[in-house]
Amino acid sequence: MSTTETTKPADAGSDGPTGPQDDVALFDVDHPAPVIEPPRKRTAKTPKASRGNFEMQAWLFMRLSGIVLVVLVLGHLLIQLVLDGGVSKIGFAFVAGRWASPFWQVWDLLMLWLAMLHGANGLRTVINDYAERDNTRFWLKMLLYTATVFTVLLGTLVIFTFDPNIR
Amino acid sequence: MPAGTLYRGREGMWSWVAHRVTGVLIFFFLFVHVLDTALVRVSPEAYDDTVAIYKTPLVNLMEYGLVAAILFHALNGLRVILVDFWSKGAKYQKQMLWSVLGVWVVLMAGAFYPVLQHTLRELFGS
Repeated sequence: MSTTETTKPADAGSDGPTGPQDDVALFDVDHPAPVIEPPRKRTAKTPKASRGNFEMQAWLFMRLSGIVLVVLVLGHLLIQLVLDGGVSKIGFAFVAGRWASPFWQVWDLLMLWLAMLHGANGLRTVINDYAERDNTRFWLKMLLYTATVFTVLLGTLVIFTFDPNIR
Repeated sequence: MPAGTLYRGREGMWSWVAHRVTGVLIFFFLFVHVLDTALVRVSPEAYDDTVAIYKTPLVNLMEYGLVAAILFHALNGLRVILVDFWSKGAKYQKQMLWSVLGVWVVLMAGAFYPVLQHTLRELFGS
C-alpha cells in the first residue's frame, strides 16, 4: 500500500471531503485523510469493562471443582451404594458411624460446597441460555441463588451440629 | 427455542446435550438429598423412615439411573477438561467420547448388581 498523503481513492465519489474532482489530489500534507480507528480498539469512549473476568473465573472453577468432585462423588457413591450391601445398610446408625470421623465430615462438607456451587453455576448457564425474557431470567436466577444458599447453609449446619445421641 | 435454529450436530453436540441434561438432573437430586439428610437433626426415626423410600424397588432403580447420570457427567467432564487443556484434545474429542462411553458401559455393568442387590434380593429371595 502506498502512503495516504498522495493516494487518491479508487472511487472518490461521495465520501471525499471535497466531492468528486478529477485530477486534484484529495489529501495532501495540509489536508490529511481522516483517521479511521481499527475495529474494537479501546479508546477513551470505550466503556470500562463492567463484569471483570467473572465468567472466566467461573469457567475455571467448573473444571477445577469438577476434578475434585470426580474423586469425592464417586467415592461417596462407592461407599453408599456399592460396597457392603449397597443401599440396605444406610440408616441413622450408619450416618452416625461415618460422621464420628472428622475425615468424613470434611469429605462431606467439601463435597456439599463444591457440588452445590458447581451445580448452581451450571444451572445459571442453562437459565442464561434458555430464558429469553429479562424478567424471567432474573427471577429464575434469584430462585436458584436462594435455593442454593439455603441448601448449602442447611447442609453445613447439619454436618457441624450432628448429634449421634439425639432423642 | 427460536424457530428454525435447531443445529443437528454430531458427537460433539450430543455429548454437550447429555452433559447438560445429566447435570440438571444431578443438581435437582442434590437438593432433595441434602433435605433428606437434614432429617438426622430431627430424629433417627424420621431419617430411617425417609431412607426406607430409597430402598423401595422403584427408587432403587432410580439410584441406578443416578449412578448412570453421575458416571457419564464425571467421565465426559474429564473429556471436556482434556479438550480445553490438552493441546491435542480437540483433535481427539471424538475418540475420547467413545472411550468415555466404553468406560461408562463397563462401570455400569459392574455397578448393576451392587447397586440393585437390595431390590434383587427382595424380589428373588437371597
